[in-house]
Amino acid sequence: MEIIMSILAGVLFTTGVYNLLQKQLLRIVIGTALISHGAHLFILTMGELKRGAPPILDDAISDYTDPLPQALILTSIVISFGVTSLLLVLAYRASKENGTDNMDKLRGSEND
Amino acid sequence: MLFAVFLPALLAIFIPYLSKWKEKIHTGYFVLLAPLAVFIYFVSFVGGDFEPVTQNYNWIPSLNIGFDFYLDGLSLLFALLISGIGSLVAFYSIFYLHKTERLDQFYVYLLLFMTAMFGVVLSDNVFVLYSFWELTSISSFLLIGYWNYKERSRYGALKSMLITVFGGLSMLGGFILLTMITETTSIQEMIAQADVILSHEYFGLIMALILLGAFTKSAQFPFHIWLPDAMEAPTPVSAYLHSATMVKAGIFLVARFTPILSQSEWFFVFVSGIGILTLVWGSYMAVRQTDLKGILAFSTISQLGMIMAMLGFGTSAAIFGAVFHILNHATFKGSLFMVAGIVDHESGTRDIRKLGGLATLMPISATLAFFGTFSMAGVPLPFLNGFYSKEMFFDASIELESSSLMIAELLRTAIPYLAVFGSIFTFVYSMYLVFGTFMGKKKLEQLPKKPHEAPIGMLVPPIILVLGVIIIGILPETFNGNLLAHAAEAIYGAPVDKHIQFWHGWITPLYMSLAVVVIGAILAFVRKSWSGIYSFFPGKLSFNKAYDFIVDQLEKTSARITNSYMNGSLRRYMVLILSAILIVTFTFIGLTGGFAWDTSNLAEITVHEVVIALAMAIAAIATIFTNNKIGAILILGVVGYGLALLFVVYRAPDLALTQLVVETITVALFLLCFYHLPNLRVRTDSVFEKTTNIIISIGFGALMTVVAISAHSTKLFDTISSYFVENSYKLGGGDNVVNVTLVDIRGIDTLFEIVVLGIAALAIYGMIKLRHKKGAK
Repeated sequence: MEIIMSILAGVLFTTGVYNLLQKQLLRIVIGTALISHGAHLFILTMGELKRGAPPILDDAISDYTDPLPQALILTSIVISFGVTSLLLVLAYRASKENGTDNMDKLRGSEND
Repeated sequence: MLFAVFLPALLAIFIPYLSKWKEKIHTGYFVLLAPLAVFIYFVSFVGGDFEPVTQNYNWIPSLNIGFDFYLDGLSLLFALLISGIGSLVAFYSIFYLHKTERLDQFYVYLLLFMTAMFGVVLSDNVFVLYSFWELTSISSFLLIGYWNYKERSRYGALKSMLITVFGGLSMLGGFILLTMITETTSIQEMIAQADVILSHEYFGLIMALILLGAFTKSAQFPFHIWLPDAMEAPTPVSAYLHSATMVKAGIFLVARFTPILSQSEWFFVFVSGIGILTLVWGSYMAVRQTDLKGILAFSTISQLGMIMAMLGFGTSAAIFGAVFHILNHATFKGSLFMVAGIVDHESGTRDIRKLGGLATLMPISATLAFFGTFSMAGVPLPFLNGFYSKEMFFDASIELESSSLMIAELLRTAIPYLAVFGSIFTFVYSMYLVFGTFMGKKKLEQLPKKPHEAPIGMLVPPIILVLGVIIIGILPETFNGNLLAHAAEAIYGAPVDKHIQFWHGWITPLYMSLAVVVIGAILAFVRKSWSGIYSFFPGKLSFNKAYDFIVDQLEKTSARITNSYMNGSLRRYMVLILSAILIVTFTFIGLTGGFAWDTSNLAEITVHEVVIALAMAIAAIATIFTNNKIGAILILGVVGYGLALLFVVYRAPDLALTQLVVETITVALFLLCFYHLPNLRVRTDSVFEKTTNIIISIGFGALMTVVAISAHSTKLFDTISSYFVENSYKLGGGDNVVNVTLVDIRGIDTLFEIVVLGIAALAIYGMIKLRHKKGAK
């Protein structure tokens, strides 16, 4: 299963990077969201999958899945949420102010 | 000695206050004291029984760097020149520069330069020597650009800076190699290990680097081009730096390292070859100049070439001649520059085509110029010092030792002829200089000012220098025994038994001198009839053009390179960054055999997981192809919720919860913002762009997959999570291990994640609320 998850993470990275290379602001934001999904999946796969119970202590169970990657991903989800929302508002403001959301046109002038 | 070296720099600190304190007194009078005091200090060493003096002062003992001063005959000669001519130049500048100029700046630079020169000639430590060396470059840069409102001044200052610093850095490389080989930073200890250095494989490189430093500083061919442009400096500076002292720093360096470098026969080839070439080229080009200081600049170049050539000959007679000519050149060239400054000052121009017949108007200056130029030309008169050293030059050039090197043998045959050729042109430009300025028709109507004799203060320094010319000419043996013999011995490494005589009898050097005078006089007389050759050779060929071309091309090329990748497009930068990651990581994996494939420790594959994974993959791919913005958001939502489902399957309840909530909010946010954004356009990428995008994104996805599989297949050690599970309740008091990890075990992470969210919230608030009015700051 880890192999399949690795491939899925690869697919998420591929589509994320492809979106990142586009010229429209929206696609770039979508790209970053996809890449963070891929990264979370990647971290999860690196801890072992499905070996034991959820990491909530119970006297009857002795074998748990690895809690450390989960804690890391939880932190990461929150941070990428913060960054994504900031990017979204930035994209919104930038296209409002400049009248375009085309990255190629958001260049500034020669003297900037 | 430390005090003597740093006295000028110490005084420089107080100059700005002194110049404001007594505005009526010209600042130059205060400045005069420093070099005069140092001169008297060094004169006290002069004598027939002089012995080298060593004085050490700590600076950075852990790196073996200290102010280790070593005063031998060579350093003493230079120290006397620097302080003596320094005093004269300071005196001269009092009358040359008007009080309305920025005097404090001028004298601060000049005093800094003095300290730097004293440091160069007295340091025994290579790194301290290098520090002072660069300080001469910097202070010279400041002095050349003193009139910084003139474009030519700035050009000349930059040019001399680029060339001399280039050479200085090569020299530093040579010094570092020397230090590594000999494990000492002292020059005298290096000389003691000379045979170790000679047998080392880097000897050739060391010689090349050190000679490069010396040749650039001393304006040797083809690095001579900065010196004529440095003539934009005030004349006292030209007289001091660019004839008597700084340009001799390279000569000093070669002389100082002669005991090490001259062991190789190539030393003769390079130093003599370049020196004689510089002599010929400089004297040939000097005839072409029309500016007085231009003539003197090329003349300095050719005289420096002559000294350099003599150092390269390496015989005791040649080294003595070189030392003698260092002294002679400093006296007559210093006086000539000062006279040129007087002419410029009193007539308003330095253009020799406008000058003429000034001898009756400026009799003293004319007399001084006659002595200076005749000494420079080497006219055989017993009271001119230039003749003696020129005679020694001829003498040494025909008595060169034979060599096993083919090229050295060729050079040995050619040198006497080249020497005579160069001297003929030296004679021509010397006569042209003095007769063109002071003889012939008066052209007063062409002059900006009505010329008259200079004030006495301005005449005193050149008079003293010309007296030096005559005294050395009449009493050469006194200078020989007390000063020159020690200097030559310091270079040669053994006592040099040489007597200076005016009359040797009818021998070859005398015939050479006579030939120079006769042919030179004829050529000078009919100069107009043959000066047309300069339009054929060098014609338009010039090293200045080469320099300008190189600098220009370097600027253009770097601009082209920068513009080629810094085009302002985010996509371009992403492509560069991602390509670099791909190339480096794939190469690394390929070279180290990093890919691993191990299926022994895998979870079983179940149908529902595969279905979720497939759905996510399809949704992710669909984001690329959809042109509907609502569609894109919803598809992105599918990926997020799919991930939440995977978290459920993989026993991560907290993650699943968070992911669900966050995904919902994100989708809502997306919808909110996208409502205001234009619809997704049909893309207009070119085929090339599309192909690169596809290659890079697939490559990156493949890279992550490969890394993930390899990492999973290579297990180096067990996870540390058993500790978390065992102690979660015991130490943290909670059953939920993930939560205990977040707030107890790794609480700092959580704290700053909260901070991140807070900052993001504030930033979003700011972006929405704060608006700059157009045009307002």
